[in-house]
Amino acid sequence: MVPIEQEENNMDFNFNDQQIAIRDSVSKICADFGEDYWLQRDSDGKFPVEFLDAITAGGWLGIAMPEEYGGAGLGIVEAAILSHTITRSGAGFSGASAVHLNLFGPHPIVVFGTNEQKQRFLPRLIAGKDRACFGVTEPDAGLNTARLSTKATRDGDHYVLNGRKMWTSTAQTANKILIIARTTPFEECEKPMDGLSLFYTDLDRSKIEVRLIDKMGRKAVDSNALFIDDLIVPVEDRIGAEGDGWKCLLHGLNPERILIAAESVGLGQAALERAANYARERIVFDRPIGKNQAIQHPLAVNWMELEAAHLMAFKAAALYDNGQSCGAEANAAKYLAAEAALSACQRAVLTHGGMGYAKEFHVERYLREIMIAVIAPVSQEMIKSFIAEKVLGQAKSY
Amino acid sequence: MKILVTAKRVVDANVNVRVLSDNSGVDINNVKMAVNPFDEIAIEEAVRIREAGNAEEVVVASIGPTQCKEQIRTALALGADRGIFVETDADIQPLAVAKLLKALVDKENPDLIILGKQAIDGDNIQTGQMLAALAGLPQATFASEILLADGEATVTREIDGGMETITVKTPAVITADLRLNEPRYASLPNIMKAKKKSIDTYTPEELGVDVTPRLTTLKVEPPSDRQAGVIVADVEELVDKLKNEAKVI
Ligand SMILES: Cc1cc2nc3c(=O)[nH]c(=O)nc-3n(C[C@H](O)[C@H](O)[C@H](O)COP(=O)(O)OP(=O)(O)OC[C@H]3O[C@@H](n4cnc5c(N)ncnc54)[C@H](O)[C@@H]3O)c2cc1C
Repeated sequence: MVPIEQEENNMDFNFNDQQIAIRDSVSKICADFGEDYWLQRDSDGKFPVEFLDAITAGGWLGIAMPEEYGGAGLGIVEAAILSHTITRSGAGFSGASAVHLNLFGPHPIVVFGTNEQKQRFLPRLIAGKDRACFGVTEPDAGLNTARLSTKATRDGDHYVLNGRKMWTSTAQTANKILIIARTTPFEECEKPMDGLSLFYTDLDRSKIEVRLIDKMGRKAVDSNALFIDDLIVPVEDRIGAEGDGWKCLLHGLNPERILIAAESVGLGQAALERAANYARERIVFDRPIGKNQAIQHPLAVNWMELEAAHLMAFKAAALYDNGQSCGAEANAAKYLAAEAALSACQRAVLTHGGMGYAKEFHVERYLREIMIAVIAPVSQEMIKSFIAEKVLGQAKSY
Repeated sequence: MKILVTAKRVVDANVNVRVLSDNSGVDINNVKMAVNPFDEIAIEEAVRIREAGNAEEVVVASIGPTQCKEQIRTALALGADRGIFVETDADIQPLAVAKLLKALVDKENPDLIILGKQAIDGDNIQTGQMLAALAGLPQATFASEILLADGEATVTREIDGGMETITVKTPAVITADLRLNEPRYASLPNIMKAKKKSIDTYTPEELGVDVTPRLTTLKVEPPSDRQAGVIVADVEELVDKLKNEAKVI
């Protein structure tokens, strides 16, 4: 085999052959699910099963999972290329969120799971036989994760879980849940993040009531309120040591931020492309509206902001894959990408004038979907607090 | 049986190319590139023949700058077994391509050579025909169906008047038309496997081929903008317009 030639000491911003092949192959799958498909899902709210099946059939869910369990053993760079390609195609978060959780969600299992657990869980996830949801957020804790109150009580060879989760996405159809719960009461812990434990277990609908939340966008990929009542979780479904739940979860947070950033950039670019096309074609006052600088300049700014955010996302991903710390970069990427994409989506609606408000022009759907990336998985405010504290040495403000 | 296929690097079919301001060509800077779609069909056909047990090896060749290895990798991910890369930064015209492929045919002795019927950039529709002539092999162009049996290929060809079926002795050169098959998408496991497949690299000099261009491009111009159409109420109005306005009948 001919090695990829890379000059040493040369900063390389290009994707390698394999990364390009990944992008091209995924965009071919996406091309089979055009704008009408996603418009339809936005109106009927049906989960994009056909899309998820096509992605699963191509082996894509295993992109960042170890080879010995049937994955491709690639990194977050490649997973981010996959996620970005999906939203960029116009599938937006309806497409990305349908696969997203299966990409980064199992990460704690990959890092902290025992071999037995990896063997039991990962191949089924990659094959699409299991579908996982992610239960962290709670109604009464908000972003203050230390105050999670879902309780797990040890009883012999199992735990009994009680409590509530909020916003748990894809719980309508998932059969597995990665869930964090308190195993030691907050008051008895030395540090606020102690005493939490992580479980990956069956979503037993006789013990968990899953209630759909009617929401602003991404109708096809459900988010839910969970009411957990005496859920029995075998000890062998605990990931990592008891009390180490937060530490385990933490490992997946930076990858998740990076993926959200890549997804946001993709959606912003899809919006910008529509806006630029419309600006060229729409004639008012006998000229294309794009001939007015008031229309073309904001679009140029959107392009620059999206490119910058894209670079930050892939910088964070490259740091992560090299085993370097990437907390500041991953958070910055999420922040910058959400801002850039929100601005692009908003601008795309405005560029379309009245038609921007019509569903058949797609950009209003993008605008509703991009709000997810602004709000979740961590708010823009918390990112600013984090950067101020960790990078700039300011007093912790929260 | 061994099959040789090609994977030309071309501008992606979905890209709207722009003509350079000096009219010397089109701008392909930072433009998405892909395997020529007709070559993809050729590759798919070869892989299907191998999967059906009628061939042992599919070898894919690409000619051009170093980035062409991307297209070879893509072909390997689609199922080809091995790659040959002819590296050159020269402007390679159809005759030079045909000569280089002829040199590869001499080296590899394939039993079947399948190429795209044309490349979507130059649209020359010459390479397959010239390769067959240079190599002294029978040719079956514009194939929409290929059946192999007893050292022969029975090929259905799409021609102006409809369909034509011919039988050629193998080894032969076949060029793939659009309806020959629908190429698969590369799966992630196959992209991973492609990494481990080998690519041999040659230069035109090593193959003893003079690739000096023989054609000069005088000027490249974009096609004129299309006028907006009109919707006619019925056939009578259409005929009337064709007769009296367009004056074509
Ligand atoms: C569509 C969607 C899907 C989701 N899917 C999932 C999922 O699958 N699994 C999951 O676990 N969660 C999920 N979430 C939840 C998401 O991660 C949370 O909504 C997010 O983390 C914010 O938490 P919160 O809603 O409790 O906001 P709150 O904590 O109530 O915050 C409300 C506002 O106050 C601000 N704020 C709070 N404290 C401070 C402070 N100290 N300084 C400055 N500002 C502050 C916040 O920035 C925010 O603007 C999803 C959310 C959405 C919208």
